[in-house]
Amino acid sequence: MATLYRVRRWLADGAHFGIVAAFTIFAAFPFYWMLITTFKRTTDLMNRTHNPFLFHEPPTLEHLRVLFYDTLYGRWLANTAVVGVLVVVVTLVLAVPAGYALARLTGRWGEQLGIGIFLTYLVPPTLLFIPLSRVVVGLGLQDSLWSLVLVYPSFTVPFSTWLLMGFFKAIPSDLEDAAMIDGYSRLGAFVKIVMPISIAGILTVVIFSFTLVMQEFVYALTFISPVSQYTVSVGVPTFLVHGDVYFWGSLMAGCFIASVPIAVVYNFFVDRFIAGFTVGAVK
Amino acid sequence: MEAVKGEARVLLGAPATRFSYIRDREEWLGPLMLGPAILYIVLVVGFPFFLALYYSVSDITLGSRSLGFVGLKNFTGVIGTTKFQTALKNTFVFAILSQLLVLVLGNVLALALQKDFRGKWLVRLLILLPWVAPISLGTIGWLWIVDSIYSVINWTLRAVGIFGPTFWPIWLGVPHLAMGTVIAVHVWRLLPLATVILLAGLSSIPKDIHDAAQVDGASFWRHYFQVTLPLLLPVAVVALLFGLVFAFTDMTVIYVLTRGGPYDTTQVLASLAFFTGVAGGDLAEGAAISLFLFPLLLAAAIGFLRIARRSEVV
Repeated sequence: MATLYRVRRWLADGAHFGIVAAFTIFAAFPFYWMLITTFKRTTDLMNRTHNPFLFHEPPTLEHLRVLFYDTLYGRWLANTAVVGVLVVVVTLVLAVPAGYALARLTGRWGEQLGIGIFLTYLVPPTLLFIPLSRVVVGLGLQDSLWSLVLVYPSFTVPFSTWLLMGFFKAIPSDLEDAAMIDGYSRLGAFVKIVMPISIAGILTVVIFSFTLVMQEFVYALTFISPVSQYTVSVGVPTFLVHGDVYFWGSLMAGCFIASVPIAVVYNFFVDRFIAGFTVGAVK
Repeated sequence: MEAVKGEARVLLGAPATRFSYIRDREEWLGPLMLGPAILYIVLVVGFPFFLALYYSVSDITLGSRSLGFVGLKNFTGVIGTTKFQTALKNTFVFAILSQLLVLVLGNVLALALQKDFRGKWLVRLLILLPWVAPISLGTIGWLWIVDSIYSVINWTLRAVGIFGPTFWPIWLGVPHLAMGTVIAVHVWRLLPLATVILLAGLSSIPKDIHDAAQVDGASFWRHYFQVTLPLLLPVAVVALLFGLVFAFTDMTVIYVLTRGGPYDTTQVLASLAFFTGVAGGDLAEGAAISLFLFPLLLAAAIGFLRIARRSEVV
């Protein structure tokens, strides 16, 4: 009896391990493959008799050198960072007060409005990119990073407002009441009392917005044509391919560098995003 | 309350300017704090949306200044073309198949991750990677993995003897295979989101409900299908709605992997709108095509509203 139980237990553990391992490999393999490819010589990559999992020739840093010295990759990273920082600033300026107003100041109709704002997050770039491309031309912002700074908050603000609304609601309103009795105005209580204890929520919005900026593809592809103005998510797939020639080593290096660090940071905040995503279906 | 605050300010000697008046009047402060965000959304989401509606009934093209009204000509013109009909069919095949897979696999994975084990944080980080990495870059990783000559999948399957010496599928070159690959990449990309949403749902089920089922002697499957799954349903619907919206409206995976090919067999509405409106310069027709995505978004929005109402966050 005891042995039977142990065997079943052992089988269950084995199945559990197998399932987790299979999914982890499925998810992470492309990134592992990027990393391997980055350090392989092209002659090694392009030999079909070689086992692709092994290094048949010594590893090389040539692909990284090409990426940083012979392409505009560094420039694309810098462009992405600039747009990211500016979009984060715009998002905070718009979403922090809006989230607070929805949580505290607007009562019943504000709650409806909050849902409405959340829903605009669902409007995809592929629905708006054609008219927006004309708007961008009309404003003289075509081929400029400012077009992205103008348009990207359209997907960061709605979700950030929603996240912050939930965050501010969780703060007991006694805090502000006490501050206001001590002579603060409502605005003063918000700035001096509520904001400092909301750093975690604000940081969540910063990471979330920055990640979305790094991921965006459709608008950047549509609005911008000079190579030097591209962001990394468009530059790598478009300009490391010349005609039909793919520079796989540099391509994979470019993908890996722009993907993995931000994912590690994102991981620390993921529970908060999920709380926002589930629209209250999870208590 | 108001009086007390006013009193306090007088006592503290704060200047009673017009601004301080606004700072305390909540019926003004609320709209003032909310206004900029609303105004921005109206200008950058609302206005272009109406512009899209207008373009779709006009004859605007890239480079022309004319903006004549042509009624429903763009819609009627485009509906008849096989290009559009294939794209419409592909959009549904692509979105529904990928989301079915995501839901089933996401449930399995969420159940597996509910248990505690060593190194769980690392597993979670790795599983989240496809969702956080820029989608165009992750997709390039796949482009290399399914390369027509150097595919590591083909190499491995041949090495272990599953593929014969003459069998070497070109993953993106054959219609059904290409569609399968595109779906697989999309499953890869959206599975993490569904999994963490479902995981949040699983951990919100009170433990005594599981204990009760255990005491009653429910088997694993019975426990799962009759206790866990019904309680998980609202959360699963949220995961499904997000997945459907992202899958129906995405063009990045297809743009990077196949550009809609071979022979338009992986073309979807979003990518067709891009190739017609931006690459082809026919803004009016492109706008008309992308507007076909709208009913779908409306349905998803109604779904979210019902969930939000039921769970009484509002």
